[in-house]
Amino acid sequence: MGVEGIGASVVRKEDKRFITGKGRYVDDIKLPGMTYAHFIRSPHAHAKVKGIDSSAALKMPGVVAVLTGKEIVDDKVGNLICGWAITSKDGTPMKMGAWPAMAPETVRFVGQAVAVVIAESKNLARDAAEAVVVDYEELPAVADVNAAIKAGAPQLHPEAPGNQVYDWVIGDENAVNDAFAKAANVVKMDVTNNRLAPNPMEPRSALADYDTAEEHYTLYTTSQNPHVARLVLSAFYNIAPEHKLRVIAPDVGGGFGSKIYIYPEEMVALWASKKTGRPVKWTGDRTEAFLTDAHGRDHVTHAEMAFDASNKILGFRVKTYANFGAYMSLFSSAVPTYLYATLLSGQYNIPAIHAEVIGVYTNTTPVDAYRGAGRPEASYLIERMMETAARQLKVDPAALRKSNFITQFPHQTPVIMAYDIGDFNASLDAAMKAIDYAGFAARKAQAKAQGKLRGIGVSCYIEACGIAPSKAVGSLGAGVGLWESAEVRVNPVGTIEILTGSHSHGQGHETTFCQLVADRLGVPISQVSIVHGDTDKVQFGMGTYGSRSAAVGLTAILKAMEKMESKAKKIAAHALEASEADIVIENGEFKVTGTDKAIALPMVALAAYTAHNLPDGMEPGLKESAFYDPSNFTFPAGAYICELEVDPGTGKTTFVNFVAADDFGRLINPMIVEGQVHGGLAQGIGQALLEHAVYDANGQPVTASFMDYTMPRADDLPSFKLSHTTTLCPGNPLGIKGCGEAGAIGASAAVINAITDAIGKNNLEMPATPDRVWRTIHAA
Amino acid sequence: MYQTTYHRASSVDEAAATFAKGSEAKYLSGGQTLLPVMKQRLASPSDVIDLAKIKELIGVEAAGDTLTIKAATPHYDVATSDAAKKAIPAVAYLASLIGDPAVRYRGTIGGSLANNDPAADYPAAVLALGATIKTNKRSIAADDYFKGLFTTALEDGEIITAVSFPVPAKAGYAKFPHPASRFALTGVFVAKTKAGDVRVAVTGASQSGVMRVAALENALKANWSASAVDSVSIPASGLLSDIHGSSDYRANLIKVMAARAVTAAG
Repeated sequence: MGVEGIGASVVRKEDKRFITGKGRYVDDIKLPGMTYAHFIRSPHAHAKVKGIDSSAALKMPGVVAVLTGKEIVDDKVGNLICGWAITSKDGTPMKMGAWPAMAPETVRFVGQAVAVVIAESKNLARDAAEAVVVDYEELPAVADVNAAIKAGAPQLHPEAPGNQVYDWVIGDENAVNDAFAKAANVVKMDVTNNRLAPNPMEPRSALADYDTAEEHYTLYTTSQNPHVARLVLSAFYNIAPEHKLRVIAPDVGGGFGSKIYIYPEEMVALWASKKTGRPVKWTGDRTEAFLTDAHGRDHVTHAEMAFDASNKILGFRVKTYANFGAYMSLFSSAVPTYLYATLLSGQYNIPAIHAEVIGVYTNTTPVDAYRGAGRPEASYLIERMMETAARQLKVDPAALRKSNFITQFPHQTPVIMAYDIGDFNASLDAAMKAIDYAGFAARKAQAKAQGKLRGIGVSCYIEACGIAPSKAVGSLGAGVGLWESAEVRVNPVGTIEILTGSHSHGQGHETTFCQLVADRLGVPISQVSIVHGDTDKVQFGMGTYGSRSAAVGLTAILKAMEKMESKAKKIAAHALEASEADIVIENGEFKVTGTDKAIALPMVALAAYTAHNLPDGMEPGLKESAFYDPSNFTFPAGAYICELEVDPGTGKTTFVNFVAADDFGRLINPMIVEGQVHGGLAQGIGQALLEHAVYDANGQPVTASFMDYTMPRADDLPSFKLSHTTTLCPGNPLGIKGCGEAGAIGASAAVINAITDAIGKNNLEMPATPDRVWRTIHAA
Repeated sequence: MYQTTYHRASSVDEAAATFAKGSEAKYLSGGQTLLPVMKQRLASPSDVIDLAKIKELIGVEAAGDTLTIKAATPHYDVATSDAAKKAIPAVAYLASLIGDPAVRYRGTIGGSLANNDPAADYPAAVLALGATIKTNKRSIAADDYFKGLFTTALEDGEIITAVSFPVPAKAGYAKFPHPASRFALTGVFVAKTKAGDVRVAVTGASQSGVMRVAALENALKANWSASAVDSVSIPASGLLSDIHGSSDYRANLIKVMAARAVTAAG
């Protein structure tokens, strides 16, 4: 592997600039003549906008413009789209209400923008915003899914009667009914998956610059996928044709999915830059992040599982209500359908599955993909169900899982997914060993003697990552392909630039992608640079989400490398007067195998660019590109086990141990993988114990700051014990499965299973706050 | 933040004089509440007069049976003060639990008491220990000082200069932190004076701010032990209720934290 090759825990190249404060984020960029935008946002969850009086604001010093929802609609800026078409069980397409970038007539969630002030400074814009008078007529609002589907509930969109976006089904209902008819035991439960606010460290920001002479826009923005942003802004929002719009996503401080989407603020900044003839910058504050960054999760589910007399699963029946918030965000429709229900087989042999998913509008912030996106909801449901079943059937929860594991691969589930490879027993065995599962009973007894309630909880997750292939996702309704592209440029002096359509916003691509190059060419990673995040530099790309950058993006780099190496070998063979088939690449040199004849990479590169002596007919230069579309999803899987204690006096949970045994296929940089798992586990534990985006019955957010919304902190978390069991993914040449979301997908069920084990009561919703746990302990 | 004029006072008299001149002046003593509120544009003082750099307001001293903490002493200094740890360890311990390290480096005891947040830690110690709040005008007994949520006996422009704590026979503090804000969801300070009186003050739980709980005081006076709390009934009425803690839960926490405070006090 070499010291910097695949499998080496190389220190992250990008961290020097991040740690020393030299990162360059959107808000760090200043342009001559730049103005500042401040949005005027609805304080009401549901209201008619009767009028907007900006006359006083316009007279204030430093105010450049006050622009309203009516104007952006009049200028034919397109409504926001949802990019994945879902068809209801009755054959009708999903029912979507219009979402203009600023509301011209009706606001449907607290924080929705109705107007924007453009001014010479942030403070002046804010001052002027306070002088704009918006006349609202309040309408009844509904925030809760159960309330929104009731007859007589406030209605959000005329296009969606009953607030229902779709009623979608998957699987064979008759087969499931047959399975339940012959079941020896049926386990039933209701599960809520709590709504989360994503909270990347860097809030969203956009800086738009319109060049009047060239009729060209530049947008600096906090995006996980700048090319997709350009595509959507061009094709659907009518901002500018693609060649007249450059989108740059520079250093981006975290995303967790929330920066996939193209938000109203970016559209407004671009439009306002043209209207005012000035660069326009907007940077959200934390409250705006809580109010307008797409939230995650928010499912209410009833599930039933049928078992035969030997505790083998016969069938699984699921009905889920998914809260979409007030509008359908870019990929929202796919999250509770193709990213959720297709994973309902978990790690288990389940002959028959049927799921119904009803998408519901409420007067809350739109909900979309958030780290894991559908898969945490599926995993949590299955793993709570397995634990509940074990308790009801009075069998060991690990043993119940093992007796139902899929052990033959490939395995076709009843819900589309075909698992390519895995070894679920290996990960569960590794986790059980790491936590000394066998010794738990003794530890529990010991804790009891000290007045503490100790519990252990297992969670065996599987996820579908490396989201692809294009043909498959297209057949399921996706509006885009999900390949990735790469370009390898060997410069005349032999340094290497990799241009990738993946986008790093914390993942460490500037290190891991270089490691592939180092591995193949034997050059130090200091000679390699990664270029990403700029539509003018990188050919195209689908961006980073769904744990796809290594499995898909890095493989695209590999494909481009192979092309480049093939050409370089021809040049080397020509120079060394050897056969191309005899050339091997070692330590930055092209060698004739079995001889001491060699030519260094810089000399090959120089030869390619001087072109004085190339093989006949060869084009000069050493630069190749590739587009890679995989053949299947990848299926990372693993087992998490959590041991904890509950203080019966306060309901407070304290971790004793948390072990993770993941199968991510091949690891490029184990240290970075470890960091990804740590972060994912923190978010999964955060969901289980701490985090909850709460609305009151009238749609007013209760948790719009860190004083109320509990972000996980270091002292809330245990030290994790990580390990890996490996089956190489057969779907890509590197054998990679992806590791970015696993922790967030698998952790929460382990925690809740452990707490409910500790307190001896099974009904406990997330977040398991001390109050809620105490209440559950003492409930009759 | 709205525009304001910042003044760095070098003495208490200068601060008070500057305050009198301002149309809507505010004292700043650490700013761990005032500055976030100003950033959210929920407060718009004409003048902000910084007390935290006034030398005569900084320091911790123990003399005889009294621990004196000057008003602009940051929590970190109290938490690490040998004098405080020796005289009343529970006060130093309480200071070590306030907020997070950044808050403890900036926030001050005077700022905390003048603000009188219903979930702040210091009011519990001040009330339970029967401390005296010294200002540039007078001395105020703790029992007369706290007047409800964010309300105190301080007059307009009055500056806290120090807090004097009588050294008790025993004292202990137990805090259940609010999961998000790390204020006290419920914090209980118990003290047994050298004369044998017992005072118990609870912060974070009541709708009217820090309060003494007579039932706990009586039970502990009769029997200074954690188990003495078991028989006390704490009604949930009048207690705060929010997404992090219902009033029932806070009532429970008052008992649980009181017992733990007694255990800590020894």
